[in-house]
Parts: sequence; structure tokens; C-alpha cells
Amino acid sequence: MSTTETQKIEELANKEYKFGFVTDIEADTIPKGLNENVIRQLSAKKQEPEWMTEWRLKAYRHWLTMEEPKWPNVKYPPVDYQDISYYSAPKRKPALKSLDEVDPELLDTYKKLGISLDEQKMLAGVAVDAVFDSVSVATTFKSKLNEMGIIFCSFSEAVREHPELVKKYLGSVVPYTDNYYATLNSAVFSDGSFVYIPKGVRCPMELSTYFRINAANTGQFERTLIIADDNAYVSYLEGCTAPMRDENQLHAAVVELVALENSQIKYSTVQNWYPGDKDGKGGIYNFVTKRGACRGTNSKISWTQVETGSAITWKYPSCILQGDNSIGEFYSVAVTNNMQQADTGTKMIHLGKNTRSTIVSKGISAGRSNNSYRGLVKIGKKAEGARNFSQCDSLLLGDKCGAHTFPYLEINNPTAQVEHEATTSKIGEDQIFYLNQRGISTEDAVSLIVNGYCKEVFKELPMEFAVEAQKLLSISLEGSVG
Amino acid sequence: MLLEIKNLHANVEGTEILKGINLKVNAGEVHAIMGPNGSGKSTLASVLAGKEEYEVTQGEVLYNGKNLLELSTEDRAREGVFLAFQYPVEIPGVSNTNLLKTAVNEIRKYRGEEELDSMDFLSLLKEKSKLVELDSKFLSRAVNEGFSGGEKKRNEIFQMAVLNPTLAILDETDSGLDIDALRIVANGVNKLKTKENATIVVTHYQRLLDYIIPDYVHVLYKGKIVKSGGKELAIELEEKGYDWVKSDKAEAVV
Ligand SMILES: Nc1ncnc2c1ncn2[C@@H]1O[C@H](COP(=O)(O)OP(=O)(O)OP(=O)(O)O)[C@@H](O)[C@H]1O
Ligand SMILES: [Mg+2]
Repeated sequence: MSTTETQKIEELANKEYKFGFVTDIEADTIPKGLNENVIRQLSAKKQEPEWMTEWRLKAYRHWLTMEEPKWPNVKYPPVDYQDISYYSAPKRKPALKSLDEVDPELLDTYKKLGISLDEQKMLAGVAVDAVFDSVSVATTFKSKLNEMGIIFCSFSEAVREHPELVKKYLGSVVPYTDNYYATLNSAVFSDGSFVYIPKGVRCPMELSTYFRINAANTGQFERTLIIADDNAYVSYLEGCTAPMRDENQLHAAVVELVALENSQIKYSTVQNWYPGDKDGKGGIYNFVTKRGACRGTNSKISWTQVETGSAITWKYPSCILQGDNSIGEFYSVAVTNNMQQADTGTKMIHLGKNTRSTIVSKGISAGRSNNSYRGLVKIGKKAEGARNFSQCDSLLLGDKCGAHTFPYLEINNPTAQVEHEATTSKIGEDQIFYLNQRGISTEDAVSLIVNGYCKEVFKELPMEFAVEAQKLLSISLEGSVG
Repeated sequence: MLLEIKNLHANVEGTEILKGINLKVNAGEVHAIMGPNGSGKSTLASVLAGKEEYEVTQGEVLYNGKNLLELSTEDRAREGVFLAFQYPVEIPGVSNTNLLKTAVNEIRKYRGEEELDSMDFLSLLKEKSKLVELDSKFLSRAVNEGFSGGEKKRNEIFQMAVLNPTLAILDETDSGLDIDALRIVANGVNKLKTKENATIVVTHYQRLLDYIIPDYVHVLYKGKIVKSGGKELAIELEEKGYDWVKSDKAEAVV
């Protein structure tokens, strides 16, 4: 890229984050700090049964023995876990029947984001369980889902109302001993979503949750558990964006998916948390453990993610392909700009016979950012006939950013077929000039090229989400290019 | 006057390529620019379109009375300047339709016109693709990706037809076209011709000028226009080559 092009990119990099605002809702917060007492208090506030409190404490005690991982290809100042408040809930805790009862400030926030609940309600077939900070404040379409036996509620509610399901599956995919952040989450998770699709039921609508991080200094520890019973199907959308703020915010979520015989779970994410200013100050640390288990034969789990936000992203949505003929898919677009760092990828663990996995990863780096893809494909001894196809592409905008690919392969069965393709490209000056010559500005030109580059992933997203994803991509690259 | 180039000098990487070009183009005219390889024809086209790596060191360019060189590349395009590239680039992942939709609407916005809705836009595409007999499968394909040389050239003229420019510069659009395609593309260009617009065709071959009949022919040599004349000049060049204009260049007329 020529120096003028680079300069232009840098000029554009000075634009501000569009979704930066803070909602003023009074929060009920446990003082900062972490110890067994805090966990008991948190559990009590949530009116949890004894077994839940005990599980949290077991996790906490284990966490104390662990060390924070150092291996991801990212750098950040140490997190002070005693300087975080582990519980925050809107003070007015309403049992809401309609949108009229929702805090107008909150509705206003959604409106600024262009995702007002009003709009959401009208969007055909989207049930919205809006998670505001740590507590669900509005749930729609619930009764319709109830009729079909589908459970879609906040995690806290699931602990109270469906303890047998939670007990059976919680920690069954991501055990509380799994890794530093997942273990911390197990100890202090605040809330999240719970989905159960009963045998033979095809969930008729996309289930959608908008997460928001709002109270200052509140680490977010979402916990999501989705179970598709035999022959069930569900498509789940997770989207989020957060207000601008000064201090780094830790986010350590855990998502567990369980797919039983012949069932399918499609999990789509558009992640747009505050990435920090152009020096990287104030952005969100996003350390997430997402894993799905294809337990049943012929089951299928697809992860589709569009990651545009956060100062640091550390995230590897994975599939454990236990059932014979089960399928795992990972489609990802990860954008980094300015000082953002992302270390993301997937793990496909093939255990069953004839299991198949597909990985399509599109990394886009701009500014001085760093984007790493880290993927593991593991073929177990008994995974006769397993197949994997991986494609990892990197696109560089400007010449101060980096892209790194770390593919790991562990093949323990000679019948396995594994294919890996990787490309790195730059947006060419001549491409930009060509589009400029057709009357298209440089920003729009980059946006066109980038959206084209990501098409394979976007087509995996549900329609309305794909549109939103494209918008977010443009907004997040606006800082740098498009 | 639509375009007036006065004593234009331009450098690339420190080397002077254009060494004092003078050219006047009125609306309704077709000008042909010929000249040996490396004489600066594409450079002139790029400078007019606004490519940044070419540095204008002297001279000026008036377009519709405006200082063209002050405008950004995209604003020149929105003002009606179109360049059919000698080597059109491939843009993977971006469909022709998508490019044109964005382009058409950006140009309309610039002119204070309403954006076209999808239906109107598609019928515009259909109509214009007929003009250059472009198969509709090219509409959904990524811009120039995997197109044959001739297909790329035809696609350039298709884009021109959709964008309907006031000043079109065709840089060797004929090279790579088969005989039928040449006729089709030339016919397309002729159909787009009005009293309000003008075309500059850069070519090496008289053949194209049998179809697109120029009002003026100019010979560019070593960064200067060394000879200008009517369409018979092209025939003369075809017969005699460039040597005689090279040795003749002392008498250069503009
Ligand atoms: N980016 C560049 N860097 C270095 N030299 C350049 C660059 N662009 C053009 N030139 C040089 O400028 C001169 C004019 O090139 P230009 O492409 O304008 O010629 P042309 O008349 O279009 O030739 P052709 O008939 O072969 O298309 C050539 O000698 C070329 O090598
Ligand atoms: Mg040329």
C-alpha cells in the first residue's frame, strides 16, 4: 500500500466508536473483591439451591490452584481479580409482562443501537431474551415456546425451575476444572441463557439474546447452556455491543452446547464490544470458552461468529465429535483494528467414526492490530474415516498490522483425511483505485472488498443477523478503512 | 469546452513521463490517441482519472470549467469521468452488480438525485447488458475474477454504459477483443454517444476506428502530442508506422 493510502487509513482510524454511551440505571452491586463469602452472597442473592452454591465453591477452590494462561499471542496488563465486582443487577427487578414495563432508559439504549425491542418483536420469528447486565429484564415469545415444550429462559431461572436438567448438563461439556477463565466463570457466573429443545422438536424461531455490559467495573460472567434432545433443532443468536468506558472490563463467558442423536444446534454470534480507543485504552477483555458436544450419532453443531469488538479476544469455539457421523462446523470472521488483539480459532476433536468438520476462518487486520488464528484438529484412534477441511484466510489493511496462523494437527487414525488451505492477501491499491474511479469512496471500497471476502461466513448467518454483521464490520473498520 | 489540457507535465517515481500535453475536447467529439508502446497514453489516462502515484508537476486540466486536478478520484468519476482500464483488476468477492449498485447510487447522491431502488436498478442493468450483449451470468460474478481478457474489456464498456459518463476514456479497449466482440463493443460505444458527451479512445489499431469514427486523431510520442489530424491520420499511421512522425516531430502541431 502506498504511503498516501496508508495515511488515509490512519486518518480514518481517528473516528470514534459509534456505540459509545453509558446507560444510567441504578445497579445493585456486591462490593469489589473475590472470596468464598462473596460467592455465597452472590448465590444467595440469586436464591440458588445448595448444590449450586457448592458447585461454585468447588470451582472457586480449584481456581485458586490455577495460573492465568500466558500462551495466547496477546499482551495485556495483569487483571486484578480483587478489583472486580462480581454481581450487578438492575435495582428495579421487574417481572415484566410487556415492553411498557421496561426501564425507558434501557429501551433508549437499545434504540441508539438500532435494536429496540419494539423492532425485535416485529422481526418475524425472533424471540428476544434481553439480558441487561446480569439479569434478564424482558422475555418475549415465551408462551409460544412453552407450548412446544421448549425452555428458553435465564440461567438463574433454569437453576430454580429446571434443576434436574441443569444438574445433568452443567459442566458436562466444559468442566469446572477446564481452564482458568472457565473455572472463574463456574465460581462466579452471573446469569445467561438456558435452552432446552425436547425430543423431535424443531424450534420454529431464531432464539436471540442481546447482552450488554453496563455497570462500571463489573466483570461479566455469562453462562449459557443449550441442549438439543434427540431429533431436535435450534438456531441461537448471540449479539452484543457495549458502551464506551475508561477501564478495561473482563468478560469470561462459558457456553456449553449438547447435541443428542440426530439433533442440530446452530450458534451464531456477532460480537461488537468496545475495542478501546485508538491506543487500546478502555477496551473489553473477552476470554470466552465455547464448546459443543455432538454426543449423539448424526448430530451437528455449527458455530458462526463475527468478531469485531473487544480490546483482546481469546476464544476458540470448539466441537467434540463423539457421535458417529456427527458434524462440526466453524465459520468465523475476526476483525482487529487499531490496537486490538485477537487470538481465536477452533478445536475440532474427532472421536466417533465418519465424523466430519469444516473450518472457515477469515481474519482481517487493520491499524496496528494483531490477529491470530489458532486451530486444532484432532483425530482420535477410533475415528475411522474422519474428515476435516480447514481454510484460513488473512486480509491485511495497511502495513502495521499482523496476521498469524497456528494450525495444529494431531492425527491418530490413518484413515483420516485432513485438508488445510491458507492465504494471506492485502487490499491492493489498484483495486481501491478501480473502485474510486467508479465513484466509490475509499471507505466504501474497502467495505465492499471486505464484505466480499467474508461472504462465505456471512451466508451462514441468519438473514437479519447477516445484515447487522455487515453493518458492524463497516463500523469497526471505519476506524481504519471502510 | 468539455476538457482542456494545458501543458500537462507528470512524473512517476521521479521520472517525467508526460512532458507538456495540450489537448482540447468538445462535447460531442471523439478523439483517438495513438502512439508507440511506452509513450505515455495510459499515464495520461491515469492522471486524468486521478491516480495518486502520478505527480503533476506543471500545467492544468479544466473539465467543464472546473479544475479537474483538484478533485478526488471518486469525485471526478461522480462528475462524469470514466476510465475503461487497459488492465481491469480483479476484485474477488465483489459482484459486478454490487459494485455497480454502489457506484450508481454514490454518483446519484453526489448529484443530489435519489438512490435507485433495486427494481429500477435491475432493469437498468438488464437494458445496458443488452447494449454490449453481455451474458447476465457476468452480473453476479465477482468483478473481472476469472474473466477472459476479452470479457474484461467488454465488462468495462458495460460498466460505462451503466454509469453513463460525460467523458469516457477507453484505454486499448480493443486489444484482446475478437472480431465479433470488437464490433459489438464499438456499436455499444456509438449508441452511447450523444451531443453532450465525449470519448477519448486510446488504440494501436486503425481497425477500431473503422467502427468508432474519430473526429480527431493524435499521436503521443515520448510524453508529447507530436501530431494531430483527422481520421485519415490513423490510416496513414497504419500504413507507415510511427517512424515518420518521430522524425517529423519538430513540426508538431496541436
Ligand atoms: N508506476 C510506474 N513506475 C515506473 N514507470 C512507469 C510507471 N507507470 C508508467 N511508467 C513508465 O511510463 C512510460 C509510459 O507508460 P504508459 O503505460 O503510459 O505507456 P502507454 O503509452 O500506455 O504504452 P502501451 O501502448 O504499451 O500501453 C513507460 O515507459 C512506463 O514504463
Ligand atoms: Mg497503455
